[in-house]
Amino acid sequence: MIPDLSLIVPELAMAVLGLMVLIFGLIIPRGSRHGLGWFAALALLGVTGLVLAGWNNGGNLYGNLYVVDQFSQFFKITFLLAAFLVVLGSMRYVDRHLGGQSEYYSILIFATLGMMVMSSANDFMTMYLGLELMTISFIILVCFRRLEAKSLESGMKYVLLAGMSSAVLLYGLSLVYGITGTVVISEVGKILAMRAPLPLLMLGVVMLVAGLGFKISAVPFHMWSPDIYEGAPTPITAFLAVGSKAASFAILIRIFVVGMFGISLNWELLLAILAAVTIIVGNLVAIPQTNIKRLLAYSSIAQAGYILVGLVTASQDGVKGVLFYAFLYVFATVGAFTVASHFYNVTGSDEIKDYAGLAQRSPLMAAVMVVAMLSMAGIPPLAGFVGKFYLFMTIVENYLWLAFIGLIMSMVSVYYYLRVALVMYRNDPLDSTPIAVSAPVTVTLVVAMAVTLFLGIYPGPVAEVVNNAAHSFFMH
Amino acid sequence: MVEFAMHNAWLVPLLPALSFLIIIFLTKPWKKLSALVCVAGMVLSCVIATLAAYGVFTNHEFTEKPLVYSVRWFSMAGLNIDVGVQLDPTSAMMMFMVTLVASLIFIYATGYMEGDPGYSVFFSYLSLFGASMLLLVVSSNLLQMFVAWELVGLCSYLLIGFYSHKISAREAAKKAFITCRVADFGLLLGLLSLQIVFGTLNLTELAEKISHFEQYTTMGILTLIALLVFAGPIGKSGQFPLHVWLPDAMEGPTPVSALIHAATMVVAGVYLVGRTLFLFHEVPTAMELVAVTGGFTALFAASIAITQREIKRILAYSTVSQIGYMMLALGLGSLTASMFHLWTHAFFKALMFLCAGSVLHALHHKADVWEMGGLIKKMPITGWTFVVGGLAIAGVPPFAGFWSKDEILLAAFDTGHYVLFGMAALTAFMTAFYMWRLIFLALFGDEKPENHPHESPLNMTLPLIALAVLSAVGGLVGTPWAPFWQEWIFFGHPHHADPNYLIMIGSVVLALAGIYLAYNLYCADKTRAKAHALAERYRFFWTVSYNKYYIDEIYLWFNHTFIDGAARLFYLFDIYVVDGVFVNGIAAITRLSGEGLRVTQTGRLQNYALVFFLGVLAVAVVLAFTDPSTAAGLTGGVK
Repeated sequence: MIPDLSLIVPELAMAVLGLMVLIFGLIIPRGSRHGLGWFAALALLGVTGLVLAGWNNGGNLYGNLYVVDQFSQFFKITFLLAAFLVVLGSMRYVDRHLGGQSEYYSILIFATLGMMVMSSANDFMTMYLGLELMTISFIILVCFRRLEAKSLESGMKYVLLAGMSSAVLLYGLSLVYGITGTVVISEVGKILAMRAPLPLLMLGVVMLVAGLGFKISAVPFHMWSPDIYEGAPTPITAFLAVGSKAASFAILIRIFVVGMFGISLNWELLLAILAAVTIIVGNLVAIPQTNIKRLLAYSSIAQAGYILVGLVTASQDGVKGVLFYAFLYVFATVGAFTVASHFYNVTGSDEIKDYAGLAQRSPLMAAVMVVAMLSMAGIPPLAGFVGKFYLFMTIVENYLWLAFIGLIMSMVSVYYYLRVALVMYRNDPLDSTPIAVSAPVTVTLVVAMAVTLFLGIYPGPVAEVVNNAAHSFFMH
Repeated sequence: MVEFAMHNAWLVPLLPALSFLIIIFLTKPWKKLSALVCVAGMVLSCVIATLAAYGVFTNHEFTEKPLVYSVRWFSMAGLNIDVGVQLDPTSAMMMFMVTLVASLIFIYATGYMEGDPGYSVFFSYLSLFGASMLLLVVSSNLLQMFVAWELVGLCSYLLIGFYSHKISAREAAKKAFITCRVADFGLLLGLLSLQIVFGTLNLTELAEKISHFEQYTTMGILTLIALLVFAGPIGKSGQFPLHVWLPDAMEGPTPVSALIHAATMVVAGVYLVGRTLFLFHEVPTAMELVAVTGGFTALFAASIAITQREIKRILAYSTVSQIGYMMLALGLGSLTASMFHLWTHAFFKALMFLCAGSVLHALHHKADVWEMGGLIKKMPITGWTFVVGGLAIAGVPPFAGFWSKDEILLAAFDTGHYVLFGMAALTAFMTAFYMWRLIFLALFGDEKPENHPHESPLNMTLPLIALAVLSAVGGLVGTPWAPFWQEWIFFGHPHHADPNYLIMIGSVVLALAGIYLAYNLYCADKTRAKAHALAERYRFFWTVSYNKYYIDEIYLWFNHTFIDGAARLFYLFDIYVVDGVFVNGIAAITRLSGEGLRVTQTGRLQNYALVFFLGVLAVAVVLAFTDPSTAAGLTGGVK
């Protein structure tokens, strides 16, 4: 029987697109390859359109190994939009610092494909394939500045640590397979719903938490992320912070809320503690940072903690909160990192003190940075406020202490976010030449800011969509 | 067209909002263009509002069942907030009036603000104000209304303090904002209580639920809610005792005084009470309070206005007094009379403010009416339109004010509130007196040689003429013989009172007596000796009135003694306990722990791997010790 390939048209399109970009790079002469960025960006938008066109066609493929539902489609749109914004924001950076445009864009597309596979995978093997496709692509991208020691160092660190975490994850998966006898996640769910958890199974859960915790950089598995975020090319850092994290949340949800739903009482408190520790450590260590990329790295660790909160109750509202937050997080994070990468393009610095007077040099960049950061801090009327509201609403009943920690740490986060704002707005610039913002970067910045504002003021439609997506997910 | 306008009335607030954005982000460097964008947005809104109003006023269904459409703003379990449009005769009338008056005043402002360095910014604020006010008018939901309510407050603040180089303007802006904020806090509490008790803030649903409120709450709670809600209008509409900000608000440019502090924003309080009259109607105590507040404020403000000397200040107290009338009518349960007076007042008061602006423009901001005189010869259009306004506010038939004032007097008399009726009648007499005192002093009599007035340009005089026409004939829509107004705008059932000729003649006599007295004291008698003698004889009353009953001084004293005293105590507490122990202490701990945790980030791969596996171990330990039973114990609840 030939499977219904119409469901995976977007994935097929991405694979073709990645190869096309690679081939174009060989055909087009070296000097005129910067058009590739525009091509890749527009093609990514086209694929987003394909996903949207198939929004209402759900179904299974290959005997339930691959699921296309609104949950996975929502994540795919999130990844594609993130990739689109990152490509737009990185054109200048790639032309100036990296070279190898075709490889860069092509690998970025393959990483996105890996994420898309992850969000749809309903069995451990497919999931792992997607995960590795994404991770290996990222390893290449992280050390793309191949002439710089810092970039190579972080690439090396990423290879080793990611390999280690993958090993642990595989151990966990094999233990779960050994107990349940199946690799299909929905089957695992059915079996575990009827059986009391064995200690061996719980060991598997530990390994899964560790392996996926690494990907979402939850404390104490977060150590890699600041180093690698700092060393990687800044647009890649943005994509790593957004895409890799969101995709890992997608599989985390699928494994835990579908596969482990039956034993949810056993892991709820664990995830709650993990979320709490992640929020606390991420926010506290962000305070003394002086490098903007490290600051954003720690802030993104804290953000992962907030998202984790939505998983704690394993409920539809929680999943809705995760989806909503993952979506808005894309725009805030890409906005902030794009400012950082453009600033680096112009000044060659990532130090916060060099941001002095940015408001005078480029009002747009300063405004986007502030809006993105205030959204991450959860200040209304920005998207982050609504997102945090949805997330924390789900836990106030049973985990009030966690809500309190989230609240207090949000307050702490305002401190280090506003410190950056203070430098940008109140200090006088050392060098007052205005910073010109190129067209694609302007598009990225304006889109990031507009969506962050819009979702904060009128979250209704997106909230509706994520609610349906979360619901479709609970019908399994 | 009409159909389209009615179903897209959200465009009415949206267009000025767009003007605001366009001016701020695009056209700010080009002054004329910015003004054009602002005026065009409002005129287009006016066209749509007129069409929509036409649609409403040709279909009698809307008096029973308003046209409501909305979108869900946000929702969660137990809380659904919509934003939308509610079209019924009241809101349609208001929409039409606001867009019309605003259009005229915007046009006037293009001339008045000529040469001001902040020209574009001024027009962007005007657009923002227009958008907020219209949002308030069309709201189908009290939360939406509250948002708009705060927005108009913000615009009022920005525009009062527009001449921010003047200390008095800055102080006045702060005073307005803070005074209204105090009142709005009450309103917010009231709205929250409504949401908690009735579970909705949609006007139509609330009206339905409050009509049998016994199922939800007690009379005591409902009274409390009504009083809290009423706090907002007391502030925003400048009712006693929170009227103090409104006269100071005249520091703003005159078009602002005309638009915001006479015709539209200050009557938002009246409009809000009118919109929630179903709530007040259930609570007799609150109704009495509204009526008494209104009646007292009307008389009180009029008694201040008779001795003031600054032209805009007299008009400001007159505004306070006239809004008192509208509140009085609401308290008597007559939405008809209240809204009717709101309608006519918007025209004649906007007119008089714009005339005052024209006069100030000509006299280079010399504001004391005693130093004017004979202006009507040099400024005929401004002068004669002012006279029309004066006739309208005094209540001389057939000018607009007569019909609406008559309606209020009639409502007081018919409901048996004879004391309030007496106060209202006395106010009518005083209104005629002080307004014509102003007119005789400023426009007639001898010209002052040091003044060199000149008539204002056409873009200022045309709006004056248009408003004068409206002030003259605007009341004819609701005469006792052709009660068009009364059939459309009412609460409960339309009320057809027979024309009461006694009251009608009485009010005309009072108005004419007031005008005659003013003529005697300030026009016929060139030396004004009689006026001075009168002030001398009643020195005490004159001083009290001239100093506005010392209310500002009392507030100031209260502030200095109690608020500042308490603040000093809190200051010490703040410096030593809050800042010292809590803020700096916690900040130090936070920073230190951040530094401490940072040390763990060594940059060495081996350490990272070690921490990772320690983490695995820790997770395993946590999981081992948190089986479901302990977990339930720890979190204090079972799912």
